[in-house]
Amino acid sequence: MALLDVQNLTTHYTTLSGPVQAVDNVTFQVNKGEALGLAGESGCGKTTIALSVLKILPSGGRILGGKILFKEKDLVKIPEDQMRKDVRWKGISIVFQGAMNALNPVYTVRDQIVEAILLHESNVSKKDAEERVGKLLEMVGLEPSRAKNYPHEFSGGMRQRALIAMALACNPELLIADEPGTALDVIVQAQVLKLLRELKDKLNLAMILITHDLSIIAETCEKVAIMYAGKMAEYGDVLAIFQNPLHPYTQGLIGAFPSIRATTKARMISIPGSPPDLLDPPKGCRFNPRCQYAMDICRKQEPLLIRESKSNRYVACHLVNPTK
Amino acid sequence: MQEVILQVKDLVKWFPVRMGFLQTLFTKKQTFVRAVDKISFDIRKKEIFGLAGESGSGKTTTGRLIIKLTEPTSGSILFQGKEITHLSYAELKPLRRKMQIVFQDPYESLNPRMLVKDILSEPLRVQKVGDEAAMDKKVKQTLEDVELVPPEEFLYRFPHELSGGQRQRVATARAFVLGPEFIVADEPVSMLDVSIRAEILNLMLSLVDKYDASFLYITHDLALARHMCDRIAVMYLGKIMERGETEKLVYEPLHPYTQALIAAVPVPDPREKRSEVVIKGEIPSPINPPSGCRFHTRCPIAEMPLCKEKEPPLVDYGSGHFAACHLIGTSRSQKQVETKG
Repeated sequence: MALLDVQNLTTHYTTLSGPVQAVDNVTFQVNKGEALGLAGESGCGKTTIALSVLKILPSGGRILGGKILFKEKDLVKIPEDQMRKDVRWKGISIVFQGAMNALNPVYTVRDQIVEAILLHESNVSKKDAEERVGKLLEMVGLEPSRAKNYPHEFSGGMRQRALIAMALACNPELLIADEPGTALDVIVQAQVLKLLRELKDKLNLAMILITHDLSIIAETCEKVAIMYAGKMAEYGDVLAIFQNPLHPYTQGLIGAFPSIRATTKARMISIPGSPPDLLDPPKGCRFNPRCQYAMDICRKQEPLLIRESKSNRYVACHLVNPTK
Repeated sequence: MQEVILQVKDLVKWFPVRMGFLQTLFTKKQTFVRAVDKISFDIRKKEIFGLAGESGSGKTTTGRLIIKLTEPTSGSILFQGKEITHLSYAELKPLRRKMQIVFQDPYESLNPRMLVKDILSEPLRVQKVGDEAAMDKKVKQTLEDVELVPPEEFLYRFPHELSGGQRQRVATARAFVLGPEFIVADEPVSMLDVSIRAEILNLMLSLVDKYDASFLYITHDLALARHMCDRIAVMYLGKIMERGETEKLVYEPLHPYTQALIAAVPVPDPREKRSEVVIKGEIPSPINPPSGCRFHTRCPIAEMPLCKEKEPPLVDYGSGHFAACHLIGTSRSQKQVETKG
């Protein structure tokens, strides 16, 4: 049984010009101790999935359908106070995008983490909570004495570490990291990713890593889900997908990432055009206007996410799964 | 040896740190941000030269100095053999025809109140190139060059009616409309989506080729630099640490900083060995950079007190491969390479 089992999740945002179909019919699983990479361009619905799972969508955002089974409980159905009491922080926690701004500037790092612990674990005394902060900081590679500092006294990489420590404060089973490497320098990014890998192994954490950078996923995750315009294009084992991408979008996306270790100086492949407006997504396959292989059926009928029998993955493409 | 188009010699830019009134009463010494601190390199005709480094390493300042948007503190810049370091505004004007820049953020570098047509014809108007009809023709032709076709469809649009990729194309067109011989591109794709990134870079490469221009590409992404550039210089805290042919620099990096930087770049292949982090910490403040070798505080092989006291010169290690490190060739740096391999 998967720790997190998302089935046919559909989330729309209501706007003045109509509903934005941000996430449409998305299905995936995350097992214990496993990392799933959610990849795609900006506006493809990666972050919306994370916010839906935690049910912290901004106003206007609504889950219209589907199930989010966390430890076999459907999060879509449970009431808000139970969600706050049992699920957030203790079950699932999130490291938000932009380490620079995610901490409150007027509280010390210790006070912020202590607050999170005290709010979610009523039987813990303040002294114990403060002690735990020291241990948490040590775990993420920060000096425990730095807990009394304010966020502005930390560098970018240290803030990201503090945020990770905070997310782990109540021993969650699933950690969602939204763009943990962006806005950090290459070397610091590598340090943070290494930390995440180590924590995952040490605590047997399940992880969802949201990023636009496929190379980060290649290094960190066991499974990958490629999103395009609110839909899942390809989903499954990292090795299978990187070695032999089947969906034309995945092929383009992987081609757009030059490898520093590549032996030949190949010209980068690009995907012509730009992502569609989700107020009015293209009919049929949402990728068809940019797809070089688009056929008649692609413009009419939406491809389903179908299990590819040979390798451990799912693909939504008429080219791969011809309909009879 | 190809002809050199641009030569930078001992270029220095220190920005004074602004102090409060009270501070000025108690301290006599003015402090500086040493953004660029004595760097030298040259760019050859038709060459694509990469300037790489972490944020705060001074790469953008270098780009702005070369294009003369910022006045250098000292040093000299020679363009086509002519000293341009201290030219006046009027003297610079004819030069602007020959050197142009593409900025990082296409959402901010285009005037939101100007039509695409006006954005592209302004350089022509300023430089008094031909009459209206000739300008119109040139603008349309440049739009075709950057693959915004048909040009008529884009001429009367405002920047907000364009996507990020299209905006960067307009910014590129603006740089190329005068047919320049030298282009600086400051992280031209870091604000764009991944699928569009490759397209814009390929476009820039083909334009550089078409116009026989030289290209200074400023980036933090070594993987991209490796794919684009003929030569790369790696900067750290305002200094050039290593510079050489791309293949040499990437496959046989000499400087421990370059080695760490390359090892830290994630590889889009799950079969590859995971990148190892060999250095700790983050880039120090350029206000008070470390003494001696600026990298010694983070260097995995630093030898005290040598590295702390003496600044290493940029030494030639054959075929134009320069590096600034005391320990290259010594047993310490050898050990480092072995443990990595």
